[in-house]
Amino acid sequence: MNRMPQWADVALVPLISLALAALVSALVILAIGASPTEALTVMVKGALGSATGWGYTLYYATSFMFTGLAVTVAFHAGLFNIGGEGQALMGGLGVALVCLALPWPHWSVALLAASLGAALFGAVWAAIPAWLQARRGSHIVITTIMFNYIASAIVVYMLVDVLRPAGQMDPATARFPVGAKLPTLNQIPLLDLIFTKRVPANVTLLVALSACFLVWVLLWRTRLGYQIRAFGKSGPAARYAGINPFRIVMISMAISGALAGLMATNYTMGAAGRLVQNASEGAGFIGIAVALMGRNHPVGVFLAAILFGFLYQGGAELGLWTSIPIEMRIVVQGLVILFTGALDQMVRMMVAWFFRIGRARAG
Amino acid sequence: MDFTTLIEILNSTLRLGTPLLLACLAGLFSERAGIFDIGLEGKMLMAAMASGAVAALSGSVWVGLLAAIGASMMFALLHGVASITFRGNQLISGVALNFLASGITVLVAQRLFGQGGRTPPLEGAARFNPIDLPFAEALSGVPVLGPIYANLISGHTFLVYMAFALVPLSAWVLFRTRFGLRLRAVGENPAAVDTAGISVVRLRFVAVLITGVLCGLAGAYMATALQAGFGREMTAGRGYIALSALIFAKWRPWAALWATMLFGFFQALALRSDVVEGVIGVKVPVPALDALPYVLTVIVLAGFVGKAIPPRAGGEAYVKER
Repeated sequence: MNRMPQWADVALVPLISLALAALVSALVILAIGASPTEALTVMVKGALGSATGWGYTLYYATSFMFTGLAVTVAFHAGLFNIGGEGQALMGGLGVALVCLALPWPHWSVALLAASLGAALFGAVWAAIPAWLQARRGSHIVITTIMFNYIASAIVVYMLVDVLRPAGQMDPATARFPVGAKLPTLNQIPLLDLIFTKRVPANVTLLVALSACFLVWVLLWRTRLGYQIRAFGKSGPAARYAGINPFRIVMISMAISGALAGLMATNYTMGAAGRLVQNASEGAGFIGIAVALMGRNHPVGVFLAAILFGFLYQGGAELGLWTSIPIEMRIVVQGLVILFTGALDQMVRMMVAWFFRIGRARAG
Repeated sequence: MDFTTLIEILNSTLRLGTPLLLACLAGLFSERAGIFDIGLEGKMLMAAMASGAVAALSGSVWVGLLAAIGASMMFALLHGVASITFRGNQLISGVALNFLASGITVLVAQRLFGQGGRTPPLEGAARFNPIDLPFAEALSGVPVLGPIYANLISGHTFLVYMAFALVPLSAWVLFRTRFGLRLRAVGENPAAVDTAGISVVRLRFVAVLITGVLCGLAGAYMATALQAGFGREMTAGRGYIALSALIFAKWRPWAALWATMLFGFFQALALRSDVVEGVIGVKVPVPALDALPYVLTVIVLAGFVGKAIPPRAGGEAYVKER
């Protein structure tokens, strides 16, 4: 299959997949009687045309980096973690419990503690399906889907019956104390020169960026990362080399769940300031698209997260200013997963075919 | 809990279990042929939207049913092209199609009717209406059996009876016909089927298309029988529950019937928290009842209720002559 140079594999194939997804999206927009060029203009202007637009794009991108990395780590161990949504929800619960526990003196302490809470809750929520897969042989895809629904039920129960302050109507926790309020980008020195108006993107963006780096170090510069990748490539070979499959499944899923859980620091702690229903915003699922688009590499995940941040902010603008419903962004998301994930082989065949023709001409 | 309440709950078990049963049988054909399909959900959603929209426009539920089957088969074909022709990852393809369906259905419904992604309420001939079986009224006075016949067995829509008829039919097709033997063989050992001179690709496409037809029925049932019209995300994870029921049933048609009815029973219970409270004497939070089918699935999958062994070649693309 290696009939193309490496740059084509790394850059050309994903770009062609993306172009195909964009093309079909344009056809969908045409089919519902709207103008694709107008849609693109609205999206670019709304998401990238101003510092405020960028503030929203980066805010979404922060969440998607966390969930994209979560899917990536699991993918490298040969596991398809489709439960990022539930892990992020449980992460939100962890954040809320930590933030409401103490009158936090400073946001940095609160963020550290809340991150630990989010990561712990997410990790535990991923470790149960991991254990069930490693010890009981139940399929991790189905179990993690089920755990999404169970997490949602638990959060609803906690919000309605336990954490809701007396006398409040909507199912949500009390507001977090002032000390747990994270600075947004317009409140950070130097960055406030760029972001003059209030934006939702906050200091967790920096956490997400360091997570990208740490995941790269983990996967490609540590012994554990090597074991994870070896196990993902071939379970029997890894076992023969003395790698303990149970340990790898448990650790990689726990890391994956912790990363998905961290997404909650961005939304629940950074933007909402309290835990509400549906606090994962679908980011757990977008993580799948981000990881596939980013070729399961932290750099790719970073770029894909920005792209999806643009798509999400732009999609919201579409819903506001045009006749195109906001659900358009779910369509694009589905198309990106379809072309970069499922039809990957088709794109590769096309590219390889072109390279063969080129070589035949040259030779 | 008195007898009447029991009949009521069992009645809604049948109604809520039917879409699960249809989707479960749909998954059965695909997975027996070696193609995993977590896109049942998306196909049902597409079918629900298509039937809701076309039935509203044409005024005929039968035209709506055809549209549902068509829309669902289109998605089945896409799944086939991605996972059979281009040997893509079947799980990822299913996930992609679920998202696609989730968005497209709202887009199309919004474009056609402009009611926030819903289709207009259906009535009369645009819906499947309850069918009263013969003598239901006359026999309802007979103790015990009368109410069971009149209030539980009679009075469902055409698709409910069809779903139940499809169980023996599926069992017969899969285990008593040459086609069924080949279909199961292609899910266990495609190379052997290939050696016998039978096209693996064609068999798998046929299986995937049957899945499309059955998901079409399940989706149409959602929008034109269980409810009167399509609403966004109306399938609400039923495709995934059907998939778990399929594993619970160990990929067998009759077991699929019992598994889906069990899940339907839990869904029916979740709607009647008052009854649950009355029976066990403790107030159970509604979210706990909602989560029950999913928790049960996890327990089943963990093999605490017998080991489920999937078709051996499931999830793998077949490469000829390697």
